Amino acid sequence: MADPNKVDPIHQFAITNVFSTGEGGFAFTNSALFMVLTVGLIVIYMLGSTARRSVVPGRAQVVSELLYDFVANMVRGAAGSEGMKFFPFVFSLFMFVLIANMFGMVPFFFTVTSHIIVTFALAMLVFVVVVGYGIYRNGFKFFKLFVPAGVPVYVLPIVVPIEIVSFISRPISHSVRLFANVLAGHITVKVFAGFIMSLGSLGFLGFLGASLPLLMTIAITALEFLVAALQAYVFAVLTAMYINDAIHPSH
Amino acid sequence: MESETPVATEGHEPIDASAEGGAVHATTEAHGGEEHSGAFPPFDPSTFGTQIIWLVLAFVVLYFTMSRLALPRIGGILADRKARIDGDLAAADSARQKTDAAIAAYEDALATARKKSQAIAEETRAGIQADIDSKRKAVETELSAKVAAAETSIQATKKEALGHVAEIAADTVQALVTQLTGSATADEARKAVAAAAKE
Repeated sequence: MADPNKVDPIHQFAITNVFSTGEGGFAFTNSALFMVLTVGLIVIYMLGSTARRSVVPGRAQVVSELLYDFVANMVRGAAGSEGMKFFPFVFSLFMFVLIANMFGMVPFFFTVTSHIIVTFALAMLVFVVVVGYGIYRNGFKFFKLFVPAGVPVYVLPIVVPIEIVSFISRPISHSVRLFANVLAGHITVKVFAGFIMSLGSLGFLGFLGASLPLLMTIAITALEFLVAALQAYVFAVLTAMYINDAIHPSH
Repeated sequence: MESETPVATEGHEPIDASAEGGAVHATTEAHGGEEHSGAFPPFDPSTFGTQIIWLVLAFVVLYFTMSRLALPRIGGILADRKARIDGDLAAADSARQKTDAAIAAYEDALATARKKSQAIAEETRAGIQADIDSKRKAVETELSAKVAAAETSIQATKKEALGHVAEIAADTVQALVTQLTGSATADEARKAVAAAAKE
């Protein structure tokens, strides 16, 4: 229970039940609520804005088309036209992370991507898709991914383990990058906002001094919006690049 | 990563009674009623299960709506637009080609007509010229014939007149001599005139 006079920057990450059917049963948490809201917003927006199928698009449709083109170009650029098979997958990931991050920027809203299990699950999904499709498409040749072309044979005993380790650690780096950015950013905003409260309660001079963390909070909030969009982009680009590895395993 | 897993005896005892009906806490994913279990919430494994379940549900719904409905629709819109723009451009291009052809045909026709009109003018002029020439020639021949006839008649008249000159002169001489001398025959007068004419 948060003490009203004490700012707890961790409180925002707590998972609480919105409702539950009881022990061992069905539970609907704030995390689930925001996942549903995220998906709901994306689905409603993407379907609603394109419902009229206008040849000359309105504003809402233009945004949808820009998002489509943006992700389509990203996937085509990273994984080639064959990678377009995975375009809906990358698009869904990008939109999910982007909207979840943006929901997180609204005060009192829960940030889905601030939980390692969510980003890790998404990263594992990408990993499984990459490995699964890579083996399905290339068979044994997929493992050429670990043997860079043009490397002298006597270096291979060193290079191959490094490649394998770096490949296996991909879901970790992929998920931790997003999770840590979001988590750290949100904590920083809360900590600086907490300084405003603590300083402001110290009387007139403290009140003046509180303007510094206030400015800082504003700046960091702006930065957080950038990070929220950027990390969604990074997550999607890395996904596209990993998919490229599955399609073309030889370096 | 999961080094901060909560201690087993985390503070779940003050159970969220309204939601859980006072059931004793068990390790289930559905639990999360307590705000602070002592662990850092993002690393609290008791919340992992429910989050994964809801994430899977949400993402599956998202993926199928995007891949089956939204993205094909947007792709269709974009393809439609591209096809329409291409079609319009092609139509504009063909219209332009038609215009060019029409202009070329017009200029061709104009040139032909001009050539034709020149030919007609030339022909007319030549015809008129020939007509004039032939008429002039006819008039000239006629005139020259007339002149020749006139000349011959003048010549004849002159000859005739000259033929009469001696007679007239003889008459005149006879009359004059008769007046002067009182007698002269016509024969004598004629001889005198002929002698004078010889000189």
